[in-house]
Amino acid sequence: MADEAAIEVGQAAHHPTGWRRWLYSTNHKDIGTMYLVFAVISGLIGFAMSIAIRMEMMYPGVEVLPVLTGGDLDAAYHLFNVLITAHGLIMVFFLVMPALIGGFGNWFLPIMIGAPDMAFPRMNNVSFWLLPPAITLLVISTMVGGPSDALTGVGGGWTVYPPLSTSGQPGPAMDLAILALHLAGASSILGAVNFITTVFNMRAPGMTMHKMPLFVWSLLVTAFLLLLAIPVLAGAITMLLTDRNFGTTFFDPAGGGDPLLFQHLFWFFGHPEVYILILPGFGLISHIISTFSRKPIFGYLGMAYAMVAIGFIGFIVWAHHMYTVGMDVDVKAYFVAATMVIAVPTGIKIFSWIATMWGGSIEFKTPMLWAIGFIFVFTVGGVTGVLISNAGIDQSVHDTYYIVAHFHYTMSLGAVFAIFAGFYYWIGKMSGRQYPETLGKIHFWLSFIGVNMVFFPQHFLGLAGMPRRIVDYNEVFSYWNFWSSIGAYISTAGVLVFLLVLWKTFRSGEKCPDNPWGEGATTLEWTLPSPPPFHQFNELPKIK
Amino acid sequence: MAGEVMHDYHLVKPSHWPVVSAASTFFTALGAVGWMHDYPYAPYVFTLGFLSLLYCMASWWGDVIAEANGGDHTPIVQVGLRYGMILFIASEVMFFVAWFWAYFNAALFTPDVVGGVWPPTGIETFDPWHIPFINTLILLLSGTTVTWAHHAIIEGDREGLKKGLWLSVLLGATFTGFQAYEYAHAAFGFAGNIYGSTFYMATGFHGFHVIVGTIFLAVCLGRAYRGHFTPDQHFGLEAAAWYWHFVDVVWLFLFASIYWWGAG
Repeated sequence: MADEAAIEVGQAAHHPTGWRRWLYSTNHKDIGTMYLVFAVISGLIGFAMSIAIRMEMMYPGVEVLPVLTGGDLDAAYHLFNVLITAHGLIMVFFLVMPALIGGFGNWFLPIMIGAPDMAFPRMNNVSFWLLPPAITLLVISTMVGGPSDALTGVGGGWTVYPPLSTSGQPGPAMDLAILALHLAGASSILGAVNFITTVFNMRAPGMTMHKMPLFVWSLLVTAFLLLLAIPVLAGAITMLLTDRNFGTTFFDPAGGGDPLLFQHLFWFFGHPEVYILILPGFGLISHIISTFSRKPIFGYLGMAYAMVAIGFIGFIVWAHHMYTVGMDVDVKAYFVAATMVIAVPTGIKIFSWIATMWGGSIEFKTPMLWAIGFIFVFTVGGVTGVLISNAGIDQSVHDTYYIVAHFHYTMSLGAVFAIFAGFYYWIGKMSGRQYPETLGKIHFWLSFIGVNMVFFPQHFLGLAGMPRRIVDYNEVFSYWNFWSSIGAYISTAGVLVFLLVLWKTFRSGEKCPDNPWGEGATTLEWTLPSPPPFHQFNELPKIK
Repeated sequence: MAGEVMHDYHLVKPSHWPVVSAASTFFTALGAVGWMHDYPYAPYVFTLGFLSLLYCMASWWGDVIAEANGGDHTPIVQVGLRYGMILFIASEVMFFVAWFWAYFNAALFTPDVVGGVWPPTGIETFDPWHIPFINTLILLLSGTTVTWAHHAIIEGDREGLKKGLWLSVLLGATFTGFQAYEYAHAAFGFAGNIYGSTFYMATGFHGFHVIVGTIFLAVCLGRAYRGHFTPDQHFGLEAAAWYWHFVDVVWLFLFASIYWWGAG
């Protein structure tokens, strides 16, 4: 088709330098890197908020946040609500999703299936570049009126239930948050289209669906969940927007509307969303367990289809978030049963990871520590999940710290452990420089002890009846709140060590060979140099 | 780096449209919120952001068309574009699920405040067999004319392509005209009641999609006059047709459930 000179011109045009390389990028690895940098920055912001929350909650009474509000107690109460809302939104939409899907997904999905790039490289870039505007809108929302002109920022919780998100927060802050979600959602939908198309259309010769690495399977399922769940959220928050500004009454009983409609729509999105957050982690944990056990993953097909099953069931369990709203008991019975069924494919995954390690020659490198830590914390979060899937038990623990502990064990510990596992597993491949092993292990142990100390006591608090999302608490809850906050400070030390790891890796990390992990690492990224060339697989690999 | 490209995938050149589009979206959103809350200059921020977004779309898709005509869209790339369009439409379907959910939530579990009946007491609905039925026929007919255009290009009949597209665009515009007429003569308002809320938002978003689909078809018509599309390669036209059929099917559901089943 094109002659040699044209190819050279074309190749040069594909290699922009300076800021254009990033702003105009059509390269999946560069875009993945931007996603990861973005995730680290927003993750640090979200983490700082959680520390502020734990500082306030360390002792009963409201004494820390008033320091920030000049002694104004009302402003301090509202600031607490803003912090928990922003912490939730940031961690979900601007840390976990960009890191696991946008970051590692962009970097390794094309490489693992032997593709030279994503299917729609230019659309890939807009998926990323919609995120900085989205988080900027959220940041601006903290500066404009929320519940009143004087109280700035959105304090409605990340679930933005009406009427708190409609008549309860009339200021522009909530509208900015809604549009921030719209932009982040558009980014995710475009990304999902890209991932699915890439998997279906760009697998190298011989790379059949049943030979695809599990990380690719996990992203494929995740992308379908995004594609089908996010538009429903878009509809729901558009209804919020029109209820707030244009007089519709979707959620206003005075006009014949129904506040529960929002909860149904939100959780029809929200439950798949929590699997969106964890499934990519399932995928990459499988790789890490297999690599450092020097064994192929146990029950590959079962692992793949367990994720498909989890994804499917994830769409039909949403109302287990709403047991206390007054649903019919038969409806509750259905949602209890359907929810418990999820434990089956999830159990397949947990036991297959353990079976993979069984009899393997296990090497406890840092990624493996995080992966085993993941199995532990996710199992804890999963088991409490089965417990609270019971509508009867949930009646008692709904909106308590038991729920906070449950979803942080799956998300804050599970998904974030997966992110760190992936970071240590792949940083050598991505940057060409290996992380410092000892510091990595210190990072793991500080984090593991810290976050378990934060969240395990919260089970006790929840069972004792401590409600979530409230700035102050009765003195009877003070003992475990104290230790929970100490845990937060220990995990802060972990985050500081992580920053040191980043600095050491880029400053003085050892050069990473093509495959630093040995024969256990079998996926295609380990056949490429570290870092891989700007465009890999100009000649497609043949999979046997 | 490594040698000659030995595959048929399309490694797209760097482009400034994504980042400019994202920035435009930011100003559109910021301006919209400011406008809703009567901030000064916000309507200008919104308008500039939105116009910039439209400009980005036109330029971006212009680049795609240039790449298609330049031979970048090999058969495998075309398959990828097909997947992309189908998946995009799937996500659009789920967007409409939210509006139908809101509608049936109100229509099946009628709240006391509207009299416990559907349509709510005091709401005078449209006669489904009047303009709504005409609109149904118009959209169904336009589905056949767009298929005419498609088969014409497969046969290499460029005149048939243009005629089919002209008719489709005109039928689409007629639908929009009827819909506007209907809105103007509605006996119920948009604000303050759940019937108006669900009716206008569901049919309104559909109407917006009709306008987008009509523009999509009109762009294909313009491209037909410029000599684009061959019997073997005309994915832009097919994507427009798929989108048009999707809009058509959504209407059938709206017609059946809101106009007909939901009429008094």
